[in-house]
Amino acid sequence: MTPTLYEWLRQSPLTGIFLTLLAYRVALSISRRYHGHPLANTVLVGAGLLIVSLLALGLSFDEYFRGASFIQFLLGPITVALAIPLYNNLARLKRSAFAILSSIVVGSVAGVASAVLIAVAFDMPPQIVLSLAPRSATTPIAIGVAEAIGGIPTLAAAFVIVTGIIGAVLAKPLLTLLRMNDDVVLGIATGIAAHGIGTARVFQISETAGAFAGLAMGLTGFVTAVVAPLLVHFLLS
Amino acid sequence: MIETFLWLLGYQFAGELLARSLGWPIPGAVLGMLFLFLTLCVRKGIPDTLRHNVPRLMTHMSLLFIPAGAGILAFWPLLAERPLAMAAVLLLSTLSTLLISALTLTLLLRRQQSRKAKP
Repeated sequence: MTPTLYEWLRQSPLTGIFLTLLAYRVALSISRRYHGHPLANTVLVGAGLLIVSLLALGLSFDEYFRGASFIQFLLGPITVALAIPLYNNLARLKRSAFAILSSIVVGSVAGVASAVLIAVAFDMPPQIVLSLAPRSATTPIAIGVAEAIGGIPTLAAAFVIVTGIIGAVLAKPLLTLLRMNDDVVLGIATGIAAHGIGTARVFQISETAGAFAGLAMGLTGFVTAVVAPLLVHFLLS
Repeated sequence: MIETFLWLLGYQFAGELLARSLGWPIPGAVLGMLFLFLTLCVRKGIPDTLRHNVPRLMTHMSLLFIPAGAGILAFWPLLAERPLAMAAVLLLSTLSTLLISALTLTLLLRRQQSRKAKP
């Protein structure tokens, strides 16, 4: 490849957009081939393929992100769109509103507390503990909270993504093991523990689970933003 | 499709404006979701364009997280300091969050049902 052509490849947003769509399409085929096996998760496989191709092409993440930012931008409108499946499940939401809302509060507190306590047990340095605390919330909230309590924002963002992938992979097998086959329980638990990545995963399983995961994701972000600073202070003092 | 995006971006816009003007640390899109949900409750129905297009958008929600997933590449030096301990902390805390949330909800739903069963 001529140097000018390679330079164009690194600069053009086309590269990032095309590679993302391609990686997703291949990941989708793999997921279908293994009948939606949890480890054939489309985010996990897609991101893995993408990392390999970026390394092979010698592209940095910043160069890739010139195009990929257009795709990431759509997370905003798709989050708003979660209102539609939620409205479709209005009857179920009304019937169990107290149980659902209380478990979201309990789960969000557990999300912060488990990260802090387990990280302390593993002897992690304080800055890392503080960056781990908001990892169950969506990225923008986690970054804000980490900043506020003295963690490292970029590290917090990385923890959020890894948490989301772990939760998306494990949620369904764990609940099947416990014989909890209710789509509402699957959705709420996944939305609390694994935010949007978990929500995207359970949408592939059922629309009801996806709707409640979206609700749980939004409210967990809210509770985490309010509770995390106080809880971290209390746990670490 | 145009109307669908006008609805969605419009509510995101309203959410962002409110969050920013009040200085709340909540993403505008999350507020936009709550506003749109309340609008649908008041309207008692979903506009045709949203009912038709949103389910198709939702099927490919995972696509939108692939850039963030690839971001692990950029964060790798930070994550790789103590990789095993780090993986253990993330795995154990995510598992316990899933477990506590699912158990709490299951118990509360069961209690709600047994209450209703009583005369």
